[in-house]
Amino acid sequence: MTSTVSATNFMDDPDDNGRFGKFGGRYVPETLVPACAELEVGFREAWADQAFREEFEQLLQTYAGRPSGLTECANLSEELGFRILIKREDLNHTGSHKINNVLGQTLLAKRMGKSRIVAETGAGQHGVASATAAAYFGMDCVVYMGEVDMERQKLNVFRMELLGAEVRPAMSGSRTLKDAVNEAMRNWVATVESTHYCLGSVMGPHPYPWMVRQFHSVIGDEASKQCDELIGGAPDYVVACVGGGSNAIGIFSGFANSDAQLIGVEPEGGAAVGSAVPGVVHGSESYLMQDEHGQVLEAHSVSAGLDYPGVGPEHAHLADIGRARYESVNDREVLEAFELMSRSEGIIPALEPAHGLAWMVKAKEELAGKTVLLNLSGRGDKDVAQVQAIKAGDPAALSTMRP
Amino acid sequence: MTEAPQLGQLEKHLRSRRDNGRKLLIPYVTGGYPVEDWPRLVEGCAEAGADAIEIGIPFSDPVMDGTTIQESSSLALAAGADPLDILGQVSKIDVDVPLIAMTYYNICYHMGHRRFASQLSNAGISAAILPDLPLEEAGHWTKAADAEAVETILLAAPTAPDERLVRIVERSRGFVYGVGLVGITGERSELATSALEMARRLKAITDKPVVIGVGVSNPQQAAEVSEVADGVVVGSAVIRRVLDSGNIDDAVEFVAQLRAGLDAG
Ligand SMILES: Cc1ncc(COP(=O)(O)O)c(C=O)c1O
Repeated sequence: MTSTVSATNFMDDPDDNGRFGKFGGRYVPETLVPACAELEVGFREAWADQAFREEFEQLLQTYAGRPSGLTECANLSEELGFRILIKREDLNHTGSHKINNVLGQTLLAKRMGKSRIVAETGAGQHGVASATAAAYFGMDCVVYMGEVDMERQKLNVFRMELLGAEVRPAMSGSRTLKDAVNEAMRNWVATVESTHYCLGSVMGPHPYPWMVRQFHSVIGDEASKQCDELIGGAPDYVVACVGGGSNAIGIFSGFANSDAQLIGVEPEGGAAVGSAVPGVVHGSESYLMQDEHGQVLEAHSVSAGLDYPGVGPEHAHLADIGRARYESVNDREVLEAFELMSRSEGIIPALEPAHGLAWMVKAKEELAGKTVLLNLSGRGDKDVAQVQAIKAGDPAALSTMRP
Repeated sequence: MTEAPQLGQLEKHLRSRRDNGRKLLIPYVTGGYPVEDWPRLVEGCAEAGADAIEIGIPFSDPVMDGTTIQESSSLALAAGADPLDILGQVSKIDVDVPLIAMTYYNICYHMGHRRFASQLSNAGISAAILPDLPLEEAGHWTKAADAEAVETILLAAPTAPDERLVRIVERSRGFVYGVGLVGITGERSELATSALEMARRLKAITDKPVVIGVGVSNPQQAAEVSEVADGVVVGSAVIRRVLDSGNIDDAVEFVAQLRAGLDAG
């Protein structure tokens, strides 16, 4: 157990140019610059407005089901030789942390007079959350999803449609999350006057990385209080999977100024921070998987939600200043962790947070005797059919996997 | 005090043509597509009456582009197009009008601002358009570009408030690229009313050449918007003809029609 005192604030707000250290900014087509500026002002005002904050908190409680619990994993702890706590974002309405951000953004969009939202989705969790909030607030909703992901996550496609959203396939490139973001941005360029782009992670142009972090900071706020109560302070390690990085930023924000080590876990085939090469795509300067000419590489991961070659700029910054550490795991390790948690705790995790556990298994020696908090960002229902197909040896289900 | 910048080669060229009563025609060609023939397409555009030519350096994630230019870019990339190779081929193209590079910022960022600027300059390219690099983020690039006398053309969009347009026009070199509609590149059956409005707003605040692009799809539309603007950029409508036919002849013929449409006014 470690103390929670520190002089520096490691997760400050970005500067006036939307930068976390060197990273971030606002690299968008000129058409979108005024909308981003407006959104920044709108968010600043809303976030400073007590009434908005109360309405948001109210929604998180009565609609999303917060606060989410903190569960001690006694069986896993015994098996692995260190104390494991999990933050139960899987128990939120719609099954993942994504709902926090979406409720915040749709509430803001409504306040700013927008009648329509457009979103991208990888695993479908952000798309489902967006479709859910749009249904709740009576807004039109279009979700772009890579064609490959629509196949991997059929159930979520149907869910979105049930909720009244229109799901449009992204057919270019790798036909996964990166391409869904491209399509959503193109659509936003054309509809910016009526539409809010409900971006699903801590990425994109300023103010998104900051705004999305603030909407997810509830994860870290709750978890730090829960840890205080349960173990009398911060854990030794806080672990989260990183695609764009929203669930990780959310939980890190509660422990950035503690002595806890912060670990972000990327898939081996989508390790943007791991690549350590900076680049600019989808609105911000950050680490980016790219070839020697600056063409963005296609990520490959068993998990549709982490199948992304970029990462939010604040993660690049946290890596840069050494406040957080980024590790990677491969698909096979992830599938083992997926089954391990299911069998030992009776909790089927989503494939995304199974990355966190997979790293913990690999780092068993380093973690021996420590207390580790894992952000269980979502539940695995959406992944069950895919894992079943993989176990049955279906080559299609394996096609985007790395050995 | 900062001195007024010297007019660059492209701006001088376009101003003088405009001041002689000519409407400006700037076709777009995707570098690397069609694989063997694209340098011939650039030359064909010049012969058909282009006043300058935009050459796209394909990028994996072109967020300002519609399906036509996306497709030509991915075909070029799939055939192995790379930025240095394209610039190498550009340096061998023999035309008597200025060339403009159009690509996305990561290509430049990854190569390094100074290196990218000098590579453009060495290839004989006068100017650059980076559609995902807005004014506020452009400082590193414009410094490097200015040092190599590469003119940075900025986009002005219908969504910009007046005070922003003033700042964009002020920093743009070569010409001011007015975006004709709220949206991405691609052909449209009608000229958007925003195209004329954009041209009017820009002409009211600048003497620099004002060229409208995005959505300008045929000679009639080109002539219509050029009643207010100084000229047009036409991209998707050119490239689509190459995609449809698999060769460059229809596209060159189309550029000649655009020229005739503009000259007839
Ligand atoms: C359960 C879950 N966790 C994590 C992610 C990855 O997103 P992020 O890195 O923004 O948390 C997703 C994305 O779909 C997800 O569904």
